[in-house]
Amino acid sequence: MQARLNAKRSFRHGVHPPEQKEATNRQAIRQFPFAPVMVIPLSQHIGKPARAVVREGQEVLRGQLLAEPDGFVSVAMHAPAAGVVKRIALAPYANGKMVESIYLQPFPGAGQEVIEGRPVDVETATPDEIILAIQQAGIVGLGGAAFPTHVKLKVPEGKSIDTLIINGVECEPYLTTDHRVMLEQIDDILMGIRYLLKVSGAGRAIIGIEANKPDAAAALSAAVPADLPVTVEMVKVKYPQGAEKMLITALLGREVPSGGLPIDVQVVCINVATTAEIGRLLPHGRGIQERVITITGPGVKRKGNYLIPIGTPLRFALEEVGLAGNVTRVFLGGPMMGQAVSSLDVPIAKGTSGVVVFTDEETAQIPQKVYPCIKCAYCVDACPIFLNPSRMGILAKSGRYEEMAEDYHLMDCFECGSCSYVCPSNIPLVQYFRLAKGILREKKG
Amino acid sequence: MSKINKTLEIRTSPHIVRGLSTDDIMRNVVWALLPVAGFAVYTFGLTALVMLSVATLSCVLSEHILCRLNGRESTIGDWSITITGLLYGLTLPPGLPLWMVAVGGFIAVGLGKFLFGGLGYNVFNPALVGRAFLQAAFPVAMTTWHPAFADGRFFSLDGATLTVPFMEPVYTAVTGATPLAAMKFAQQPTAAYDLVFGFTSGSAGETSALFILAGGAYLAVRNMLNWRIPAAIFATVALLSGILHAIDPQHYAGPMFMLFSGGLMLGAVFMATDMVATPLTNRGVIIYGVLIAVLTVMIRYWGGLPEGVMYAILFANAASRHIDRLVQPRVYGTLKQAKRGS
Repeated sequence: MQARLNAKRSFRHGVHPPEQKEATNRQAIRQFPFAPVMVIPLSQHIGKPARAVVREGQEVLRGQLLAEPDGFVSVAMHAPAAGVVKRIALAPYANGKMVESIYLQPFPGAGQEVIEGRPVDVETATPDEIILAIQQAGIVGLGGAAFPTHVKLKVPEGKSIDTLIINGVECEPYLTTDHRVMLEQIDDILMGIRYLLKVSGAGRAIIGIEANKPDAAAALSAAVPADLPVTVEMVKVKYPQGAEKMLITALLGREVPSGGLPIDVQVVCINVATTAEIGRLLPHGRGIQERVITITGPGVKRKGNYLIPIGTPLRFALEEVGLAGNVTRVFLGGPMMGQAVSSLDVPIAKGTSGVVVFTDEETAQIPQKVYPCIKCAYCVDACPIFLNPSRMGILAKSGRYEEMAEDYHLMDCFECGSCSYVCPSNIPLVQYFRLAKGILREKKG
Repeated sequence: MSKINKTLEIRTSPHIVRGLSTDDIMRNVVWALLPVAGFAVYTFGLTALVMLSVATLSCVLSEHILCRLNGRESTIGDWSITITGLLYGLTLPPGLPLWMVAVGGFIAVGLGKFLFGGLGYNVFNPALVGRAFLQAAFPVAMTTWHPAFADGRFFSLDGATLTVPFMEPVYTAVTGATPLAAMKFAQQPTAAYDLVFGFTSGSAGETSALFILAGGAYLAVRNMLNWRIPAAIFATVALLSGILHAIDPQHYAGPMFMLFSGGLMLGAVFMATDMVATPLTNRGVIIYGVLIAVLTVMIRYWGGLPEGVMYAILFANAASRHIDRLVQPRVYGTLKQAKRGS
């Protein structure tokens, strides 16, 4: 508790949604069984889909390469279980679209052993070799963005990185994935940091942790060896503290320029679970085939943190944990930015940090009636980017999208949802902004 | 697992809300106003009770009827019109003929709110639009004051209250000038104690600073009122009147008098803080508050009227959106980019 009180670092504005983490933050990570059929989408990341290197009917081993990256902004896919490739066809994905996917039927009684590839030694490997290894391991941002990690680490000509930030904030309510990883995979995290420091050229690393996880901060600080330039910093409990820009500002006082990237302020920011994955996979030349997710919410019976094979259909996952009450809404990720799914046939993907299930009791609390904007300015005081959501909402309603972008910095909005969360008139502000961005992008393209 | 085959709702994030709705805010403002109204009834008796009821009802009914005539759903359920009605009543002389009260209420809603598009779209505080209309149409009735703490006030109505429309009102009891008028026209100050506790005459709701400040504090604590607005007004009024009073105490009343007399308290706390008609940013509301204070002091000291709060707020309301445009907050990451470019 001492550490929590001492956490003063933060960003300005933001909101305080109820944390709701008590149900799962003391639950150790548990291994999940294999589903009878797994669905591995070839596009679980931002960028080009991977290219399948297996054919239908082929038998594969656990951890075997299923698809290789197609270009630089693309990553590999690996078999989550030993089994047979049943077919390669379109399958529903979390974003509502149909995506080319590999259907894999695990062998009955398939074991957990994984095949190994060519190890990458942190001492001898060059930065480019590590970048390639991260891409080959299929690693993407596990915090939810699913952006290929190796792309972030490629330092462009003329730029440099002085600080590596490891993001262990986990500000989304309900989710405890990163929390458990920080308690249970400390060696992997520290090994991952060694790789990341080497590849980025950064002189130091800071692990940023929200003050509601003092146990994780204490465990990590105690484990950092003397030769590793790593500090653990607590940040205030506030949403969206875990957003890259907010965390950089909180820890270093630097502001990422509008339209720019963290590298413009000599920083690269990597999620803590992603870091652990790098530290675990690279020394063995393995690929990512499972991840930790929190399955929680009032509609779940056995809430907990599970090590779940990527490609496990949501339906199977929810049957395993059991549902309670009248389930009305299931979303992947946290309640502030997570994506509600229309079908339980979508698979758990690399970017899925949690599954939250709401029943009719929670959805009934969300008002249906939309009032006009009363200019209360709650959204203005909540926006971490200092936009004017009130004004932009009014402009969006009358279709003045260009004005939103030119005069009100629409493109700086990263859709954290703080404005919609506080709006007393229940105006779907974030939805308006997403729509406006989409329309503007279409007009340009 | 039949449960799992349920139809799922799809809605975009966020999937949770804070749970404070617009009608919650409006209801809280009504609660905060009730003690002020209660004190008005205690001070001025039955006359004030009837007048406040008519003011509120005329606003609520006007909104309901106007919505229906336009084929819209009635919006009285959001409580905002109840605030307007109560506030409007609190700015009127307690003995004002009821037909005038009703006409002003209709104007407040029709011209002040409905014409602009209803809740959220009005440029001016509707209550003040109604009062401004009455001030222009019935200047004598609007400056004829009912005595405070009259004997038997809970059992009798003022004679003028029930005046037949368009007839000359006949008052049964009239008091002398309000503290502001006494000061302006006769250089006669009123004791600060009387001002703070409301033992003076004036508009129904403006006499007790204590209840007004308590209501304002209640709302400010719940973040339903931006305390910077009244703070900016009070500070600026105190500063300006302090300077002028020091120069010529004979003509210019001091800060205590300026703060606690007339409609300044009610105006600064409840009228100037109408969310819809105020700027969005904290820097904006300070400019807005200072503007109200400067205009109020100017009108009170040098204008033809003893009181200037109403016009000051209306002018500042009109300036709100322009103030917003001037003081847009610096968007995250923009200043550093500008530096980089230069």
